[in-house]
Amino acid sequence: MSTEVLIEVQDLHKSFGVGKIHALNGISTSIRRGEVVCIIGPSGSGKSTFLRCLNLLEKPTSGKIIFEGNDLTDAKVNLNLHRQRMGMVFQQFNLFPNMTIMKNLTCAPMTLKKLSKADAEARALELLRRVGLADRASSYPYQLSGGQKQRVAIVRALCMQPDVMLFDEPTSALDPEMVGEVLDVMKELAAAGMTMAVVTHEMGFAREVASRVLFLDEGKIAASGTPDEIFNHPENERLKSFLAKVL
Amino acid sequence: MFEKLREEFVFNFIEGARWKYIVNGLGVTLKVTFLALLLGTAIGLVVASIRSSYDQNKEDLRPGLWKTLFKLLNGLCNLYLTIIRGTPVVVQLLIGYFIVFVSSNDTVLVATLVFGINSGAYITEIIRGGIMSVDKGQFEAGRSIGFNYLQTMRLVIIPQAFKNVLPSLANEFIALLKETAVCGYIGLMDLTKGGDVIRGRTFSAFMPLIVVALIYLLLVIIFSKLVGILERRLRRSEH
Repeated sequence: MSTEVLIEVQDLHKSFGVGKIHALNGISTSIRRGEVVCIIGPSGSGKSTFLRCLNLLEKPTSGKIIFEGNDLTDAKVNLNLHRQRMGMVFQQFNLFPNMTIMKNLTCAPMTLKKLSKADAEARALELLRRVGLADRASSYPYQLSGGQKQRVAIVRALCMQPDVMLFDEPTSALDPEMVGEVLDVMKELAAAGMTMAVVTHEMGFAREVASRVLFLDEGKIAASGTPDEIFNHPENERLKSFLAKVL
Repeated sequence: MFEKLREEFVFNFIEGARWKYIVNGLGVTLKVTFLALLLGTAIGLVVASIRSSYDQNKEDLRPGLWKTLFKLLNGLCNLYLTIIRGTPVVVQLLIGYFIVFVSSNDTVLVATLVFGINSGAYITEIIRGGIMSVDKGQFEAGRSIGFNYLQTMRLVIIPQAFKNVLPSLANEFIALLKETAVCGYIGLMDLTKGGDVIRGRTFSAFMPLIVVALIYLLLVIIFSKLVGILERRLRRSEH
């Protein structure tokens, strides 16, 4: 892990409606290159909103997201360009059902990075092989199981060669027996040095893979530290009661 | 009885080569319908894109010239939809022929434009419904990978929306085909008018009108079959 800060979050606020629901209440943190940050917390604590603010799928009410030196909340910034370097994986996979797996993986690199079809397909096939799905290249998403879909979704993001990967509860929509295969891919990715921000309910994964764990409660970072500090020596009362429920 | 029908048929269509009214009329009907459908689909795509992108983006747009223009454009689209959907197509046809395009004698062109503009309003709402029916996650996936708004629409949303709206679009086509029967109002010799002219010449109503009705029916049945085939092919990537 280097000391280079990849994403800096400054005093992030997000409210939905006209000041009605305060999802985020002033979050400041930074994610360094190579770090795996797991974000845990009770439902409604703002975990997903926080993650979706990082690539501005959710527009912050106030505060700054500085990604590789550019303030993404600045209206003059070309967001599309920066999003190309932030891969995102969704709870519901969101593969494009009208395209084959190969087309899912190559359409963005070909359209946005002007890669030739051959280059894009070679890259996609290599990544598919690494997640064990090379034989499904010509299938359509509906022909795949949930776990396979999510592995493809991870590959789709990787095909753009992002600097950071954002995971929004990537295993929450999966049948239990498929959680492992997706987590394995994520572990491999972490081991390869990918910078990752992961919203998850998989405490085992957070404990094993995270370099830092953020515990969100009521739109604030209520506790933050290494997995050992968070899981083995929790000090925050809310964190203690949360862990008592999920572990 | 069959002998009687045969006599009627020969009298109405063969004598004086009156079948030509039917054949030529059918040609006009098909021409107006297809051209109007093309025009209507083009209008529908543009207006639906403006309407739905305005609805999706209005909160994110910064105040300024672009936002004002966008708002104005959206207002114009709404005006168009209101007027076209709020008045009978026959009245639009008459206004088109006697007021708007009064200098044109090309009735096929006038009818095509009027029916195209008319059906554009209905196709707009069909396509807009289709765009809104695509899961929001698809849009987010497209944007998060780095596509801009238009790329996301073109590569991800529209292809899925098209599949969803195909039955309604086919319905609109069938409605359009039958609606063109009123273009006799501006003196255009379409299928219906052709049959009616024969009735006027022979003073026999049954044969020409029933044949005209059967031809419309046959066209609609054939077209429905074709759409069915297309739908099955598109469903290959169904989840």
